[in-house]
Amino acid sequence: MYNFDFVKPATVDEALAALAEEDALPLSGGQTLIPAMKQRLNAPSRLVSLLGIDALKGVCPGEGGVTIGGATAHAVVAREAAAVYPALAALAGGIGDPAVRNRGTIGGSLANNDPAACYPAAVLASGAVIVTDRREIAADSFFQGMFTTDLEEGEIITAVKFPIPEAAHYLKFEQPASRFALTGVVVAKFAEGVRVAVTGASEDGVFRWSEAEAALSDSFRPEALEGLSVPAEGMISDLHGSGAYRAHLVKVLTGRAVQAC
Amino acid sequence: MKITMTVNGRPCSGEVEGRTLLVQFLRDIQGLTGTHVGCDTSQCGACTVHVDGRQVKSCTMFAAEAEGAEVTTIEGMANADGSLSVIQQAFQDHHGLQCGFCTPGMVMAAAALLKDNPRPSEAEVRAHLEGNLCRCTGYHNIVKAILAASGQAVAVAAE
Ligand SMILES: Cc1cc2nc3c(=O)[nH]c(=O)nc-3n(C[C@H](O)[C@H](O)[C@H](O)COP(=O)(O)OP(=O)(O)OC[C@H]3O[C@@H](n4cnc5c(N)ncnc54)[C@H](O)[C@@H]3O)c2cc1C
Ligand code: FES
Ligand code: FES
Repeated sequence: MYNFDFVKPATVDEALAALAEEDALPLSGGQTLIPAMKQRLNAPSRLVSLLGIDALKGVCPGEGGVTIGGATAHAVVAREAAAVYPALAALAGGIGDPAVRNRGTIGGSLANNDPAACYPAAVLASGAVIVTDRREIAADSFFQGMFTTDLEEGEIITAVKFPIPEAAHYLKFEQPASRFALTGVVVAKFAEGVRVAVTGASEDGVFRWSEAEAALSDSFRPEALEGLSVPAEGMISDLHGSGAYRAHLVKVLTGRAVQAC
Repeated sequence: MKITMTVNGRPCSGEVEGRTLLVQFLRDIQGLTGTHVGCDTSQCGACTVHVDGRQVKSCTMFAAEAEGAEVTTIEGMANADGSLSVIQQAFQDHHGLQCGFCTPGMVMAAAALLKDNPRPSEAEVRAHLEGNLCRCTGYHNIVKAILAASGQAVAVAAE
């Protein structure tokens, strides 16, 4: 790993000032960034740790929703969101392993937008809002393809605002070695309709399966999916599973998630 | 930069770079070589230690992030008189190790589990060990050792 300058500010303003330097990056839980830096896939000149900023941490239930600080660890969400948004807490509690959950954070996961990550599916299916130091971004415009988001350079995710669905469920079909989602589906049912978000499957990263959303908004039963299919084109094909296999999993997991809601 | 933390109850300081990992601080600077590096890619959990009471992979955390923290490593697990702690003794009694390389991480993971969940089910023990790999034992005896350490009855391994 190349060396860098480490700073740990106590406020968002100080962090933004520190990030103004060329090639500076925010560091949150480090559970993605540190392995990437070891492989020299990333070589920042400066890392600005966000973990000393108390304002970025915590699970805060409010009217009709819950707000989660950008630097809140997966384990904290798993514990503290369990009463307000159980499906989200369960998703957080299934990320990686206990050590990863103690360090890794929601902001880091969303900024990274790994095509197989769990949180992007929850954010997209919930229609959550990503709050940054300068604006609010709707989930539908935040994710812009594998490892790509709407974030500008030096922009910090300070919080995520989740509306709470009437019912929701995440099903993760695990790739058995990495335990990342080979394919994962979040189904969220709101009064206005159903949202279905899929991770792990598409070459474009997390996406909404709109045909299923329409069918499930009419009739919220697994049978509503009969006759629908997901095209294999554009699905990730690798040694763990073909595109056709992943496309099939999308439908199966969506049905099971509806059943479990 | 100079950093200071408490390791196994003792104040420790050292000069580190930004890129110095917590495990390098512990092993190379403090000489606490009980914490192992199995993979260095965040997969195996051999490097598991506790930071402020929570288990982390010390190969996936910068030493500077532990400034001011309370760190516990395998060297801090034995009883004050030097005898093995309940968890360590259970690993010995139930043949929970063969080569022993993964054992420091397994013991630290087990201690974190039992602190939050003093009487876990077998399934909970297995789920908790998701991030700790063992190439020797096949896990059964590790799971038994942890269940035994929690005071639950398990069959004793053959001598
Ligand atoms: C063994 C293992 C298993 C895993 N399994 C899973 C899994 O099953 N599912 C899953 O979803 N993930 C999994 N992960 C990834 C894990 O969830 C990471 O914690 C997460 O992807 C990144 O979060 P972080 O806080 O560690 O971010 P970092 O590693 O600190 O940062 C990641 C990127 O985001 C940027 N960043 C961080 N915080 C912010 C912010 N607030 N605003 C803007 N940019 C920011 C950083 O600059 C960096 O580019 C796993 C990781 C490991 C090591
Ligand atoms: S050495 Fe840290 S996880 Fe393997
Ligand atoms: S005892 Fe050898 S790796 Fe676990």
